[in-house]
Amino acid sequence: MPLTIGLLLGLSFVVSVLALAFLIWAVATRQITMQKGDAATVFGAEGAGHPDVDGTHLFDTTGIDRISARPVLVLIAAAIFWLVVGSLFGVGASLKLHWPDWLTGSAPLTFGRMRTLHLNLVIYGWLSQVGIAGMMWILPRIFRTPLKMPGLPLAGAVIWNLTVAAGGWAIATGWTDGEEWLEIPWQLDILLALAGVFFVLPMIQTARKREVHHIYVTGWYFLGAMIWFPFLFIVANLPGIHYGVEEATTNWWFAHNVLGLWLTPLGVGTAYYFIPKIIGKPVYSYAVSLLGFWGLALFYSQVGIHHLIGGPVPTWVVTLSVVHSVMMFIPVIAVAVNQHVTVARNTWALKQSLPLRFIAFGALMYTFASFQGSIEALRSVNTITHFTHYTIGHAHLGAYAFVSIVMFGSVYHIMPRLLGREFAWPGLIRAHFWLVVLGFAIYFFALSIGGVLQGLAMLDATRPFAESVILMKPYLEARSIGGSMMTLGHILFALNFIGILLARPGTAAKPVVAE
Amino acid sequence: MNRYLPLALLAFGILAFATLMLVIAPGVQIARHSVPPQLEPYTEQQARGRAQYVGLGCVYCHSQQPRSPDQAPDGERGWGRPAVAADYVYDQPHQLGTMRTGPDLLNVGARLPSEAWQLTHLYQPRAIFGWSVMPAYPFLFEIKPAAEPGDTVVVLPEAFAPEAGVVVARQEALDLTAYLLSLDRTYPAPADALRDEGYATMESGS
Ligand code: HEC
Ligand code: HEM
Repeated sequence: MPLTIGLLLGLSFVVSVLALAFLIWAVATRQITMQKGDAATVFGAEGAGHPDVDGTHLFDTTGIDRISARPVLVLIAAAIFWLVVGSLFGVGASLKLHWPDWLTGSAPLTFGRMRTLHLNLVIYGWLSQVGIAGMMWILPRIFRTPLKMPGLPLAGAVIWNLTVAAGGWAIATGWTDGEEWLEIPWQLDILLALAGVFFVLPMIQTARKREVHHIYVTGWYFLGAMIWFPFLFIVANLPGIHYGVEEATTNWWFAHNVLGLWLTPLGVGTAYYFIPKIIGKPVYSYAVSLLGFWGLALFYSQVGIHHLIGGPVPTWVVTLSVVHSVMMFIPVIAVAVNQHVTVARNTWALKQSLPLRFIAFGALMYTFASFQGSIEALRSVNTITHFTHYTIGHAHLGAYAFVSIVMFGSVYHIMPRLLGREFAWPGLIRAHFWLVVLGFAIYFFALSIGGVLQGLAMLDATRPFAESVILMKPYLEARSIGGSMMTLGHILFALNFIGILLARPGTAAKPVVAE
Repeated sequence: MNRYLPLALLAFGILAFATLMLVIAPGVQIARHSVPPQLEPYTEQQARGRAQYVGLGCVYCHSQQPRSPDQAPDGERGWGRPAVAADYVYDQPHQLGTMRTGPDLLNVGARLPSEAWQLTHLYQPRAIFGWSVMPAYPFLFEIKPAAEPGDTVVVLPEAFAPEAGVVVARQEALDLTAYLLSLDRTYPAPADALRDEGYATMESGS
């Protein structure tokens, strides 16, 4: 037995390293051709050199956006609704951790259910939907091909949102599959999967019928994500076959891949499109982006079991995930070089484009979250942080400061181009930015510091368990303050969104070139 | 990269490989281990209680996986010997948990075997520990003017008792308590126990 396990472990590592070596060889010897011009696919026919900072500056005068506009608008509107509701549940759950006797009268209001509602609403209601909206906006543009079957995503959006609402109701009433990240009952998951098909088919069809030869890097991430997530979602939700510890490994294989192979490609792909697009110059080193993408696929897909370090799972799987977690430095640095250098050389654009401010900040947080995650997976560090609030800080660095903030920027950039008018209250955009950045900073530092202290207290057998609970309280209170600021930012975001929707066409800054 | 199909196939292949490594291989390995003879399946009442535990989301504050003394003093805290894969064969959905806002519960039935204590604690944790942040679950109980035959009355200090009448456990509370009391993996770990032994062999670092 130990022999086979050692073999498996070795096999996995060798396969990953070989694949990486093959990739480097392929790039070096131009097996994978990428011409210099490929990176400029993002600019459309008119080429580089035209910053896209003014809301009504349209790259697209070919009618492509007009077709994606409807599904994109519906998805964004629904996503913002769930963002606000989901964050309110987040604040509720947070308050309950230091006011345990607040609202104890009924089961739906207990911490366990509010927290679960929060997670599912922000992941499935907000992030997934706003990410899909971004894909639907960006893919037709980089393929210079109108979205195929544009009616399907509308049907998908209806099913998706009704199911998210039903899933929330199920969780509130205690009907749950009972695993973290997989709480929505599998009966409802079937509907989510169906809606997913309605989203994915049109985009794959658009890719296959595209009118440009090259698939721009954003497209790799999006097309990859569209393969990965459905597979993950279906395997993890298969009812009745998973049990005990096997179920736990499946659970974390799924949960970490939701981050790594779904939310991360959405966020990274979106940033890869908007950063060069807004600045008007191609990314710093297009060839390096290959390393970022395939490295992500190879390493990220195997990190999930770092959530079970020290647990009742075979040693070799844990080691495998720890090693791959550390290997993540490679793709992360590749993305960082590309995105941050491009922004750093063009800081003027941060002054001119508010959306870029969100997106560049979010991209930077991707680097931080990943570095933090690689270190957090080391056995020695994980022993301290594993069962503490430190993990929640890390989760929000990734899901919030990175993906959510990139998506805020994405919505602020898309909406004026979709409707042909500027946001009515640019001041609110600035307020939104500072509220979420400062709120998040409070959130993150409170939980990271508190979490380490909590972990150290629990590791010291001479200190009673009570100490770890009592010392956390001020940090949990600080988190409630930070989280409330973030939520206030989301409310301003929603107001501004309603504002631009309702503005009379007469108030448009400039007429839109429709055709 | 200019073609959709190779991209899609390779992306899928990589994830399929990861699934083999993280899901299928450990699954096969775990399934080969025998069930400890002392571990009993949940009774009907314990299973109902477990459903309460799952539905109320106790897992978001409580792990069920004591670590080994090589790594952490879980045993000294009374949380039990290091958990092994075979301890969970009857668990579906698993409740291993990743958070210890509260203590590990895999052996709470052995540590706190009193039904009365558990009921008081569920009704109002702060009746026992003023510093606790665990939620109170008063909706699992009802207040009656007087206990009827067959009722389980909850023992409460005066400050937490209702003005009039008595607090009586509903069926849900009794089920949940039955599940908590069943949490007992104090039997010796099987000889071929499977768990992460990564800390036994290392001195520090990873
Ligand atoms: C918000 C986090 C939280 C939630 C949710 C929670 N607990 Fe707790 N629990 C704690 C804390 C903190 C303690 C330690 C203080 C105490 O005993 O009240 C604790 C202690 C316990 C203990 C005593 C353990 C010991 O060794 O002293 C039991 C039993 C328990 N909880 C059961 C439950 C059950 C059952 C649920 C779900 C219905 C639950 N808890 C939900 C935080 C939580
Ligand atoms: C909208 C963007 C947000 C996203 C994507 C997000 C995501 C998440 C995720 C993924 C988790 C699970 C963490 C884990 O189990 O490791 C979580 C938990 C949590 N989040 Fe958020 N979150 C967001 C905003 C907020 C806000 C505004 C608050 C307000 C305080 C908040 C409070 C919480 C709380 C209290 C938990 C539970 C922590 C615990 O179990 O101790 N979140 N969130």
